[in-house]
Amino acid sequence: MIFWRRVACVVLLVVVGVSLAANWLAPAGYAKQYREAADAPPSHAHWLGTDEIGRDRFARVLYGTRISLLLAPGAALLSTLMAALIGGLAGYLGGAWARAAMAVTDLFLSLPWLFLLITVRAMMPLNVSPLVSVLVTFTMLGLLGWTSAARVLCATAGSLRDADFVRQARASGIRGARLFWIHVVPNLKPVLYAQFWISIPAFILSEANLGILGLGVAEPLPSWGSLLKELEGLVSVGEEPWKFVPLILLVVVVTSFQLVLSKPDEVAA
Amino acid sequence: MFTKWKRAISISTLCLGVLAGSAAAQSELHFCLRSEPKTFDPLKVEDDASVAIRYLTGGVLVRLNRQTQALEPELAQSWKVSKDGKQITFKLRSGISFSDGTPFSAEDVAYTVQQLMDPALHSPTGDTFRSGPGGVDTKIISPTQISITFPAPVAGLDRQFDQVAMLSAHSAKKEMAVLGPFMVADYKPGSTVLLKKNPNYWKTDEQGRKLPYLDAIQLDIQPNRDVEMLRFKRGEIDLINSLDSEYFDKLASTSPQVVHDAGASLDSEQMWFNEVAKAPLPGYKKNWFRSANFRRAISEAINRDDMAKIVFRGHAQPAVGPISPANKVWFNARLKATNYAPDAALKALQGEGFRMENGALKDKDGNAVVFSIITNSGNKYRERMATMIQEDLQKIGIHVNVVTLDFPSLIERVTQTFDYEAILLGLTNVGLDPSEQMNVWLSSSDNHQWNPSEKTPETAWEAEIDKLMRAQASSSDEKKRKESFDRVQEIAVEQAPFIYLVNRNALSAVSASVHGASPVILVPQTYWNADRLTIERLTATAAK
Repeated sequence: MIFWRRVACVVLLVVVGVSLAANWLAPAGYAKQYREAADAPPSHAHWLGTDEIGRDRFARVLYGTRISLLLAPGAALLSTLMAALIGGLAGYLGGAWARAAMAVTDLFLSLPWLFLLITVRAMMPLNVSPLVSVLVTFTMLGLLGWTSAARVLCATAGSLRDADFVRQARASGIRGARLFWIHVVPNLKPVLYAQFWISIPAFILSEANLGILGLGVAEPLPSWGSLLKELEGLVSVGEEPWKFVPLILLVVVVTSFQLVLSKPDEVAA
Repeated sequence: MFTKWKRAISISTLCLGVLAGSAAAQSELHFCLRSEPKTFDPLKVEDDASVAIRYLTGGVLVRLNRQTQALEPELAQSWKVSKDGKQITFKLRSGISFSDGTPFSAEDVAYTVQQLMDPALHSPTGDTFRSGPGGVDTKIISPTQISITFPAPVAGLDRQFDQVAMLSAHSAKKEMAVLGPFMVADYKPGSTVLLKKNPNYWKTDEQGRKLPYLDAIQLDIQPNRDVEMLRFKRGEIDLINSLDSEYFDKLASTSPQVVHDAGASLDSEQMWFNEVAKAPLPGYKKNWFRSANFRRAISEAINRDDMAKIVFRGHAQPAVGPISPANKVWFNARLKATNYAPDAALKALQGEGFRMENGALKDKDGNAVVFSIITNSGNKYRERMATMIQEDLQKIGIHVNVVTLDFPSLIERVTQTFDYEAILLGLTNVGLDPSEQMNVWLSSSDNHQWNPSEKTPETAWEAEIDKLMRAQASSSDEKKRKESFDRVQEIAVEQAPFIYLVNRNALSAVSASVHGASPVILVPQTYWNADRLTIERLTATAAK
């Protein structure tokens, strides 16, 4: 398993390195339209072909990787921290706190987010730069994506509250925040990690779906989400296999992250 | 031995019988409706699915030939419109009956027109005849002759009757008694509408054979275009209207004989700037958008050829003006498509006081020229067009933000809050007559999109368009109407309130088993001659 962790490390380093070197590897940029070669298959000039309006797909994958790799984990971190804070604390405190926190969580889960997001988009100014649109999109995903994780964490923290080692710590005089941070939170880590890794691909795909509401990454900025949208109209896998590169990259990166950051014993398990 | 032979013969006979039976049942055309029909009452029709059923079942006095775009006699042998455009007199064919056997006469025409114009019915078809206050007067001259007088002149009066399916004044079946080639036989909500041959249909072919040739048409309600395409490929449906250019190319790559590109359609894709005085926009932006020179420069800086070639894969034509060249009668042939000329556009803008600074265009007060274009999300063609406009305008230093919004939010901004800068949308044109565009061109109209509901025309050219549109609508002289509308088209191109981008081609697919189909640009593209279509399905044995 150590071998696979090393492989994953190399993969991540290569992906991050290549995406950071996008300016040198694809100097024409992600927005340049080669209109004479629109929807072209891979060639020497365009290694992954071009999209429907002639933009170099390789350049867009590189720049899109940079955006998604930076912002999707950022949004996942935000949502996981919120889940840990709300769900973890509620579970640890128990009683009325837990009931109140879970009522709020249930309320959030039951809200029609699609319509709320449409309303939010309708209220936003139109003249925002693509970069701001990216930040707004992923921040919203982070702020809205904590609810399911909070339920899981509340249940886990609740079971830890009455665990022997917590009772023992309490008996030895450790109370309040210190007990929570030193004895409860470390034991929530496996769940937190799991929630974090689950959230990354979910947020990348959510970003692609939000594009339908006009909330995604604005043109001409690429993201994995917008690149995955190219697969919508594809009839067969064999037709244009190079269009699957963003999907393969997404799977490889998420798997590599999990391998690298999981504990060796978890990997072995 | 003899018994064995006898058994073999009887099995063969049975098989032949089954095959013959299936062949007879297979004279049934299948295609999809993209939504549930909202009504079978031809006078209440407004949605596409109901329009399709009305076309296939309704009998009309005159029919616009979808191929030649000329008006042809149907239930009326001849007709005459009065000089003042208020009255029309029809001479009807005799010996015609509705599908239930009730005879057709001038009384039915009078009944239909009275129903059509009844304000309580709110007939969308009737609205096109309401040109002034007052009631309609019908005078039955004889069982085969009727005169209809409207309170005010109706533009293109005779053409409007193409949409009026006759009702029976006496049939107990009400609107289900029809005069068209087919009649509604069965309706399963959410699933299918089955139309069967009207046994009393009056038309015959050149050899005297009774029409229609088909026994039935099955219309499957299927809103999903992907499923429609798959079903066509499997041979489960025989026609697809308004085919997407990507699907068209995919089908063309495997079965080039089934796809049809009839050329530029009446539909156009266009963009416009917000020119509403009370819009919540900075004053300097309003000044840009209200300047015809600015709008024309933007129009010149957009590469329409690339748009047609790339976004629509060559299945579109650069648009010329408000009327597509496909409209043989009303298109102003003197107009030419705007050439792509970014240098000339920049020069024109510099003439208006704009200047380039470090690759960015600024107005005379130093404001960078930045604006957003909104379009409806989920429409990949418009999203691509907007992105191409973004790059085209970047070449003259204009920064465009492309924003996709869900349709209700977009419409709210355009019609209620006026909180937008530029918009990219399409216009679907079903009718040929310019009177159908009155609600777009009259400055007082809600649908005058760039600046709706003006109390008085805010510009001299809008006042001129108002005058010309009213003149053509109230005239029965086709030549004068054409002159007036030609001038409207010229003003529209000069002033560029709408920047016309492309006219999409009318694309369709017709299965090889359907004979007699000749797809056209007008709706319904593939089955406009449904009464003369035949179908020849390969039986399983023959296919093997």
